[in-house]
Amino acid sequence: MNILEAKNVCKSYAAHTALRNVSLSVPAQSVFGLLGPNGAGKTTLIRIITQILEPDSGEVYINGGKLNADHILKIGYLPEERGLYKKMKVGEQLMYLARLKGLKTTDARQRIKHWLKKLDIYQWAGKNIEDLSKGMQQKVQFIATVLHEPDLIILDEPFSGFDPVNANLIKDEILELRRNGSSIIFSTHRMESVEEMCDYIALINKSQKILDGTKADIKNAYRNNTFIVRHYKALDGTTGSFRLLEQTQLAGDQYQSVIQIAPGNSPNELLSILLKEVEVFHFEEKIPGINEIFIAKVQEEVIHE
Amino acid sequence: MLIIRREYVTRVRKKSFIVMSLIGPLLFGALFVIPIWLASTESTDVYFVEVKDESGLFANTFEDTENLKFSYTNLNLSEAKQQLNASNSLGLLHIPDIDLLNPQGITLFSESSPGLEVKSKLEWRIAERITDLKLEASQIDKATMEALKTKINLNEISIAGGTEQASNTGLYAGIGYVTSFMIYMFIFMYGAQIMRGVIEEKSSRIIEVIISSVKPFQLMMGKIVGIAAVGLTQFLLWAILTFAVYSAIMGIYGMTPETMAQLNQLQGQGADFSDSQMQLAQITGALSSLNLVKLLLSFIFYFIAGYLLYGALFAAVGSAVDSDADSQQFMLPVSLPLIASIISLAAVIKDPNGTLAFWLSMIPFTSPVVMMMRIPFGVPAWELLLSMVLLIGGFVFTCWAASRIYRVGILMHGTKINYRVLGKWLMMKN
Repeated sequence: MNILEAKNVCKSYAAHTALRNVSLSVPAQSVFGLLGPNGAGKTTLIRIITQILEPDSGEVYINGGKLNADHILKIGYLPEERGLYKKMKVGEQLMYLARLKGLKTTDARQRIKHWLKKLDIYQWAGKNIEDLSKGMQQKVQFIATVLHEPDLIILDEPFSGFDPVNANLIKDEILELRRNGSSIIFSTHRMESVEEMCDYIALINKSQKILDGTKADIKNAYRNNTFIVRHYKALDGTTGSFRLLEQTQLAGDQYQSVIQIAPGNSPNELLSILLKEVEVFHFEEKIPGINEIFIAKVQEEVIHE
Repeated sequence: MLIIRREYVTRVRKKSFIVMSLIGPLLFGALFVIPIWLASTESTDVYFVEVKDESGLFANTFEDTENLKFSYTNLNLSEAKQQLNASNSLGLLHIPDIDLLNPQGITLFSESSPGLEVKSKLEWRIAERITDLKLEASQIDKATMEALKTKINLNEISIAGGTEQASNTGLYAGIGYVTSFMIYMFIFMYGAQIMRGVIEEKSSRIIEVIISSVKPFQLMMGKIVGIAAVGLTQFLLWAILTFAVYSAIMGIYGMTPETMAQLNQLQGQGADFSDSQMQLAQITGALSSLNLVKLLLSFIFYFIAGYLLYGALFAAVGSAVDSDADSQQFMLPVSLPLIASIISLAAVIKDPNGTLAFWLSMIPFTSPVVMMMRIPFGVPAWELLLSMVLLIGGFVFTCWAASRIYRVGILMHGTKINYRVLGKWLMMKN
């Protein structure tokens, strides 16, 4: 079951096209990474899902139903450009935002208390937003996003403004929300958090989706039979039928080499050859990071043009 | 609803609102009280003026009053001038031998400027004495002269609707002007608040969080209505507190409308007691002749409709700009018709049923202010109705146009905005 399905969504502004035939499926109870360089159209897509904008053509389905006004209450959205009323007290602000999402006052009060305690800012509830530090404001913002227990949570750069400790805290909360049944769409430039948290990934570049699938599948698809070997004594570049891509001296007699084998050859063959030449103390397959895939994909697009 | 409440509650709770609510009536109260206070306290300063009368015509003209004492001097002019330095007299009034028909050369020598009040008192006395002397010379009795003076106060009777009613142009103009001005002030004060509220939401970037929950139109209307409620509350508070302060002061000074009338009569020089009594009766008569219910209802209507019309425009301006400073260029065209209408009031008072007045009270942008000016003078029902319908149409239109600009504008940051861009936003589909 897909929580979100977008079909052939197009959107253009006066001067340029922001989205061109973008289709996406976000499975329920997943963390979905929406990636892409600046200006690729991510924010436009998110704004269409949150009904801030309407698509020129194409359809969006939530839980199988066509996007309508009721869905607003089932979505929690943390925009990249975010802020709060500076002169309003933390508690009142959360109450206001919760009530806008259709929560009853009594429910909202209970949940606000629960969340403020959970994120360790309960003692600040009576303070004005402007008296809070940036990190604390971000926490309040995060609480406002999830208070109404949305089925779909959209987070645009959720970790900006957090120190590593608090970023971890938020990360754990996100994962817990997923365990409790929510699906999370996650738009960020921080690849390490994508690597860590996402189950699915879609890459948007120049208004078009250029890649999507599970994180594992994508990484598999980008394996290119490359291995990292650490060894004593330098390797001669001409060794056998394998290509030595690079070799760096680590310390003293220790070297690290990146070696690519021809398709069809097994790692064991490479090892048996290497064992004759040098003393191997480390051997691993080089699996491309999302970061590298991202850069490679985006640059590939540039070359194609 | 929720938005309205938030806008209302946060604003009403602000310190500035409370301070303004308290100070407002004090200011209004002061407007009533200070003139009375000034009139009821005697100035304790006493000025001495020495008189050197060379003409011999003013021997007993200058009688001492409580704060102006005169003494005649026999010294010659230059000696008297020297002595002036030593004495504590305010000045030396020198009256040379003058020609009655052409009294020139009367001079007041003083170290410091004597002030307008003393000067006019002296002038008045001298002029009166010379007039008397002239009357004597022409052998006209003073009593005959008084009898010749004529005072006319035109009785006004309105025969509109077949019944004769006392009317009073001055009073109508007063009521019209005050109500028009209140609408004008209200629109400006709270229109600017709407604009600043929108800019605040935009610059604090909360806007995107909110409009992922509610439609931009709802947010805009919520803001406008919420601020209107704030304004009405403030006006109500002012009215109540002003009345309270006013009656409290009146109680302290032991003043009733009758004594007020007496005070007015005392101040108005030469006005007869029965005369002012009659005017008072006329005003009361004219007041009761006005259809107060109609006046009040149309005031409320133009008040709210005019505010909504301009409020929407102010919201649109707020959404289009990034900061207060940028808003100036768009503020001008929005506030121009409003300012024009307040300026045109002068012409409307002169001719409340003229062509200019008619058209200005039909155009939605000026009608709230101008129509209120005309209503006390009596406006045909069809004109009133047409103007109201046009105004409703006007604010529906501005709300529509404003909401289209608003919904695009609030998400735009850092773009250079001009009128062409605004036009494009207006036409843009969602």
